[in-house]
Amino acid sequence: MGIPTQDTVPPPAKPSATEQKRAARGATRPGDRIFLGLTRGSGILLLVIMAAIAVFLTYRATLAISKDEGNFLTTFDWNTSADPPVFGIAVLAFGTVVSSVIAMVIAVPIAVAIALFLTHYAPRRLSGPIAYVIDLLAAVPSIVYGLWGALVLVPHLNGLYSWLDAYLGWTGIFEWQGGAPRSMLTVGILLAIMILPIVTNVSREVFRQAPKMIEEAALALGATRWEVIRMAVLPFGRSGVISASMLGLGRALGETMAVATVLSPDFLIHTSLLDPGGGTFAQNIASKFSEATDFGRDALIASGLVLFVITLLVNGAARAIIARRKEYSGANA
Amino acid sequence: MSHAVVTDKRPSTLRGASLPKWFAWATAAGSLALAVGIGLAAGLHSKVQWGLIASILFVLGTYVISAKVEGPRQAKDRVATSVVWVAFLLAVVPLVSLVWTTVSRGVKVLDGYFLTHSMGVVADDEVGGGIYHAILGTAQQVGLATLIGAPIGVLTAIYLVEYGRGKLAKSVTFFVDVMTGIPSIVAGLFILSLMLMLDMSYFGFAGSLALAILMMPVVVRSTEEMLKLVPNELREASLALGVPKWRTILKVVVPTSLGGITTGIMLAVARIAGETAPILLLVFGGNFINSNPFEGPQQALPLYIYQQYGAGSSAGYDRAWAASLVLIAIVMILNLAARGIARWKAPKAAGR
Repeated sequence: MGIPTQDTVPPPAKPSATEQKRAARGATRPGDRIFLGLTRGSGILLLVIMAAIAVFLTYRATLAISKDEGNFLTTFDWNTSADPPVFGIAVLAFGTVVSSVIAMVIAVPIAVAIALFLTHYAPRRLSGPIAYVIDLLAAVPSIVYGLWGALVLVPHLNGLYSWLDAYLGWTGIFEWQGGAPRSMLTVGILLAIMILPIVTNVSREVFRQAPKMIEEAALALGATRWEVIRMAVLPFGRSGVISASMLGLGRALGETMAVATVLSPDFLIHTSLLDPGGGTFAQNIASKFSEATDFGRDALIASGLVLFVITLLVNGAARAIIARRKEYSGANA
Repeated sequence: MSHAVVTDKRPSTLRGASLPKWFAWATAAGSLALAVGIGLAAGLHSKVQWGLIASILFVLGTYVISAKVEGPRQAKDRVATSVVWVAFLLAVVPLVSLVWTTVSRGVKVLDGYFLTHSMGVVADDEVGGGIYHAILGTAQQVGLATLIGAPIGVLTAIYLVEYGRGKLAKSVTFFVDVMTGIPSIVAGLFILSLMLMLDMSYFGFAGSLALAILMMPVVVRSTEEMLKLVPNELREASLALGVPKWRTILKVVVPTSLGGITTGIMLAVARIAGETAPILLLVFGGNFINSNPFEGPQQALPLYIYQQYGAGSSAGYDRAWAASLVLIAIVMILNLAARGIARWKAPKAAGR
């Protein structure tokens, strides 16, 4: 924006609001211009970084995909050191989606229940400290969850697995051949535990903002607490819960170390969730990286690009929902 | 309130029959006892199964009894209450187990020796060794990342709050939101693609760059919130005295919200200190002390945990737990200190 030149133009009868503001700010002083340049520059730098991520990943990815003998989207193999190289993301995409969906199915209802517990059920003296502890749990590094998952959770899941196999094995999805429970279901359970704090936190904030007047009106009409929640709190919080879940989904999709420690990967699609095997984008990058050649790294970057695009879409959607809600809740207030 | 003794005797026509307050506790105790009985009778070994049976009995029993006495609406309310309580207790189990295992297994090998020695001459399945090189690496990598990420984040937030109008500010806001969701491994791959292009090998600073990318959006978000809390009267008063805008920002706005900004930066530091994936791709780890973050592979605490777990020996597991305990302690101390600062500085930040 050409700031100095515009100011020298003789103002019309009524100078526009922006010009008045600009004159009031004294934006022509050198200190101001430098500082504005500095702050705007770092804002632009953020945009440049985002663009650079997309450009560089795409560039390295095309290098790899152009030499891929298999179909990048449908091949069930990851053999980058072979000549010619054959690799594809079919198994990774399947595993990433399945493990994240399991995590969502388990975590979202429980997180909503905990959020309701904190805002509407828990004694006030308890809810503060509990919310604080959940905040802290969101900060536990994912590698610690991974270590716990591999050394504590996995040995404890044999019982659940044999139970599922005995009663639901006929569906095919819950058939268990007896291997160590390092399967997609375990990954899903661990991811659910990991995203629980963030989904709970965001949902709690939304439920807390539910209009007190409507809740009290419902109570005054003789509604029970559950009826108040069902009729006044949940409808208000629905979009908030959706965006909270999508933020959790974004975390689950990109989670690397916890999956890499718990899963025993292979390159097959297993119909049973209890069969060890499969893989996710992030886990595959972490486990294949150390023995990858330079070309193999490009191939991993290509799979990372797909993950990047997926998380962008999920997070963008979540933010759009939050932004829309902000607008009409502002009108309410 | 004084007690209205007279009306207590007569059943009120305005209220239906209701169960006494101890009903929930009694049902809980009853279903627990019944579940233990069933568990013993059926020979179920897993305590988790006992707990599940107890919670199912609790929810069912609450509904049946309450529906009989109070009617279906109250019964549904009681079921919702008990489901919410059960969900809460269910979620607490793994989280408590996580903290408990880390602490109880972590203290086994955690001592002064562990903190002050590297893994230099220790094989993976031998006992001994320590995390000095990992702590050093983490401190350097996170420190450098903070030096890059925090100023850029704070400046961007100042731009968005103090100057930002129009398309540029809108797109920066949107992409900061999107950037918070970038998986850490993608940030690592980005720096890796740069390194491949420049034909460079592993070094600590590369990890710092990836961590800085992860840190920036978090700092922008929290700083923005803090700057918005500064009352406009302060800015106007300063501007009215003829102070240039940039000095107003640096001398009035930023100092007023300094506590909050510091809190945000510390929370961001706590977040990146636990990142493993970028370090794995860019810094590569190692067993030796390397105090130069600009040359050669370095170790970091999260990656150390991963590699000790990967070693697969019980000595390695012990070291992994101890390192986890140290990492959690660092992250928690940062978190608690940040919140402490937030609370201590809160009245000033609110401008009251």
